[in-house]
Amino acid sequence: MASMPGKEHALRGWLCVVMAVAATWAGAAQADVLLTLHAGQFEPSLLEIPAGTKTRVVLRNQDGLPAEFESESLSREVLVPAHGEVAFFVGPLDPGQYDFFNDFNHAVKGQVVAKSLAGGH
Amino acid sequence: MGACAVIIFREVLEAALIVALVLGASRGIPQRGRWVLAGIGLGLTGASGVALIASSATRVLSGDAQALLNAAILLTAVLMLTWHNVWMAAHARDMKAEFTAVGQAVSSGARPLTALLMVTALAVMREGSEAVLFLWALATGENSGGALVLGGVLGAGAGVVAGTLLYRGLVRIPLRHFFSVTSLLILFLAAGLSAQAAGFLNQAGWLPALGNNLWNTSGWLDQHSLLGQLLHILVGYTARPTGIQVVFYTLTLGLISALMLYQRLRQHRRTAPTAVPRRPSVHPA
Repeated sequence: MASMPGKEHALRGWLCVVMAVAATWAGAAQADVLLTLHAGQFEPSLLEIPAGTKTRVVLRNQDGLPAEFESESLSREVLVPAHGEVAFFVGPLDPGQYDFFNDFNHAVKGQVVAKSLAGGH
Repeated sequence: MGACAVIIFREVLEAALIVALVLGASRGIPQRGRWVLAGIGLGLTGASGVALIASSATRVLSGDAQALLNAAILLTAVLMLTWHNVWMAAHARDMKAEFTAVGQAVSSGARPLTALLMVTALAVMREGSEAVLFLWALATGENSGGALVLGGVLGAGAGVVAGTLLYRGLVRIPLRHFFSVTSLLILFLAAGLSAQAAGFLNQAGWLPALGNNLWNTSGWLDQHSLLGQLLHILVGYTARPTGIQVVFYTLTLGLISALMLYQRLRQHRRTAPTAVPRRPSVHPA
């Protein structure tokens, strides 16, 4: 009898884990977009994302200096420490090009290219 | 070295300008120097803490958490500045008297000093954490070099000089208008910080954008030019604002002005009855 609540707890714990994994899978299905900062350059410098959907961008900094992803047209400002990684959301965006730069080094630039999935303009 | 100097300069500039405004606004209050120094100390401690968390928890740091932290810091500063301005409006009569009277009024309440200490600490913390993170990477990473560190020191020095210049300029304003000017400056500072907070809340997905790039004045005045940046810090100039930023800016401006006006009117009404017996000749009946 005394072991019943314990089992229930264990079961609930497993359920939580399963749900968390499922949630992670569902999240992964929306395909994160990876943006790397390496040797003082954004890679890729033209970052393609689908238009009209909220997209998760993972920014990985492989350099030894912190950087700040900044974009006025996207109104984003995200700090990433040296050798760090940070995830943030972009969009939903209209199809088009959106400039971004490293606020700690304005010479380091890139563009987000939002493309409509229909393959249109 | 130049790039490093520029980065540190920009971070220090924002904090220095806000501290200069705080020093101006607290003019004549005894021991305000100690309070502001305590604020700077608290801010630096907080900045180091934030930088430490950001660099140690590299894999779990999320953009949303960053944005929410920024928004919380900014909105707290806006609240403190509101409190300060409303308190000043309520004591406008005392302010017109000599500075010693202001000192007495404030030392009896000591309340706006707490607000200004908080604002100093928050400004230094927000801007300082990025500077600390940057300098820390320079000092420990593969990029270490005397030139870069020197650049950082020079940048910080230039930022402090800019803050000093603003303070010197403020102090030249005639006493009669002094507190009206500082209140007005703080009003616009608060509105600008509020708009920045709205931007971060939108970034974290807590608020809708209500239209990206409501207008674009980057061709006219680049936000990243020196003048654009000064105006961004002091009055919240944004070259391409989102709708929600404009809403927050306007609401903050309106709300603080309304609260100040309400305090003025209330004070006026309170002192009005004493004014009647002074002019008996006007109403002989």
